[in-house]
Amino acid sequence: MIITNNNSVYEKYNAHYDIVLIDGSFKDVLIRTRDKIHEGYELLTHPLSSSVKPNETPFKSIIISDIRGNINYDSLIIIENSIITYDKFNKVKMNYKFSEKIIEDFKLIDLTVLESALNR
Amino acid sequence: MKLELGYIFIKDIQFADVSKVENGTLYVNKEVVKSIILEDQNFISAEVELARPGESIRIMPVKDVIEPRVKVEGPGGIFPGMVNKVVTVGSGKTNVLKGAAVVTTGKIVGFQEGIIDMTGTGAEYTPFSKLNNLVLVCEPKDGLKQHEHEKALRFAGYKVALYLGELARSLTPDETETFETLSVTEGIKAYPELPRIAYVLMLQSQGLMHDTYVYGVDAKQSLTTMLYPTEIMDGAIVSGNCVSACDKNTTYHHLNNPVVHDLFAEHGKTLNFVGVIITNENVYLADKERSSDWSAKLAEFLGLDGVLISQEGFGNPDTDLIMNCKKIEAKGIKTVIITDEYAGRDGSSQSLADADASANAVVTGGNANEVIELPALDKVIGYAEVADRIAGGYDGSLHADGSITAELQVITGATNEMGFNKLSAR
Repeated sequence: MIITNNNSVYEKYNAHYDIVLIDGSFKDVLIRTRDKIHEGYELLTHPLSSSVKPNETPFKSIIISDIRGNINYDSLIIIENSIITYDKFNKVKMNYKFSEKIIEDFKLIDLTVLESALNR
Repeated sequence: MKLELGYIFIKDIQFADVSKVENGTLYVNKEVVKSIILEDQNFISAEVELARPGESIRIMPVKDVIEPRVKVEGPGGIFPGMVNKVVTVGSGKTNVLKGAAVVTTGKIVGFQEGIIDMTGTGAEYTPFSKLNNLVLVCEPKDGLKQHEHEKALRFAGYKVALYLGELARSLTPDETETFETLSVTEGIKAYPELPRIAYVLMLQSQGLMHDTYVYGVDAKQSLTTMLYPTEIMDGAIVSGNCVSACDKNTTYHHLNNPVVHDLFAEHGKTLNFVGVIITNENVYLADKERSSDWSAKLAEFLGLDGVLISQEGFGNPDTDLIMNCKKIEAKGIKTVIITDEYAGRDGSSQSLADADASANAVVTGGNANEVIELPALDKVIGYAEVADRIAGGYDGSLHADGSITAELQVITGATNEMGFNKLSAR
């Protein structure tokens, strides 16, 4: 299952994967993922991008398991640490005014990072 | 495996009708370099510029920095599997134009990436301000996809670096240095009393502008494996990672890996440098588990006493770093991790996105969130308008007079996580 606020991911993979499309922020994606982990889903990809910082890119896609089990504490620790990291970065507001081109580029980077996991 | 590096010291770079190296000056025929770039029909035009130490020049956005080298004896060529054929490199002789570099620039995506200032405050933070740089500004054709643009630019850099490296083929080096790694059994016999130390080199491997290649293989497709340290000096590892300027490992960093260099300096004296374990930083958590399992397994298999671990990037790779650290420590092998920090502008926040009690020996490359002021410089090579759009920059970063207020992370190499940088607490 993919949790994302990136409509490019939704449009490309909606036919192939179960996708939760969120009309919201990077933080909203993290929070929804955390809630799913509490319900017993397992985190399959890391919620932080490697180098594009969470106060720069507005987009995030995360893969979790399709099947629920007992709560996975490794998943919980990673998502909680990621939320802490997100909040740390967002103490500093970058006040970007993104052009359409930059928005599309951020979506593309998020998509390719996701695909590096989907295509494994 | 034994490699002799022959250094030809470059103190100046100039354009000329004939490319050559003479009395420490690298002369470059600009038209030949342009024609090499334009061999790739993805580029419609190219500019080639010079940037020397101390000149009032800002280069941005930087994609890669590459040192010109040429293989003069022994199998294979520089950048095997990328430009030259796949042949195991790292033995024989290699000549280096020490003090020169090829710098690629380009707007692959609308944000990002990387400043090299040749003078002023910014120059203090980047090692590349000390080099005689040949800067490539390559204009892509309309509609070129970001993946293709990144690849084309990467290869333009390699090809130009090889062209310059070739000028050193028949030169007598000013200085030579020899590096040798013995087999495991020979090493044990030669240095029975010395601690066995290896280097775990983590390679960024997460997708567009986040990739590293080993003998032409995308590192995300590979399991954790081993290299002789000298293979790296011949370009076995190249960077396709152009995200996050301050802590990406450029191809120059790989060729001149300071951890490898310093471990060789102590080899046979205080330690036995056994080799390099290379591992990746994938997005998929199962890959992280698998790769770090293999790092620990190889470390155990080699009978190591200690490892140094360097990472690349921030956030997601912190998880790989900590997994490598704690799994190797769990085998009874001591670790030291090398990283940088995103500790907030005042330095008071938690530095890494992951942590473990076993990560008790850490070397830091500095706080990438620190705010710096860069003065206006006379000339900008590349694209000045991206200052507002690079990591660590923000709306208003670029002032009307050309000066920049931004976080340290805008500077290429400023907080490098191999320790190849200019910051020190000393």
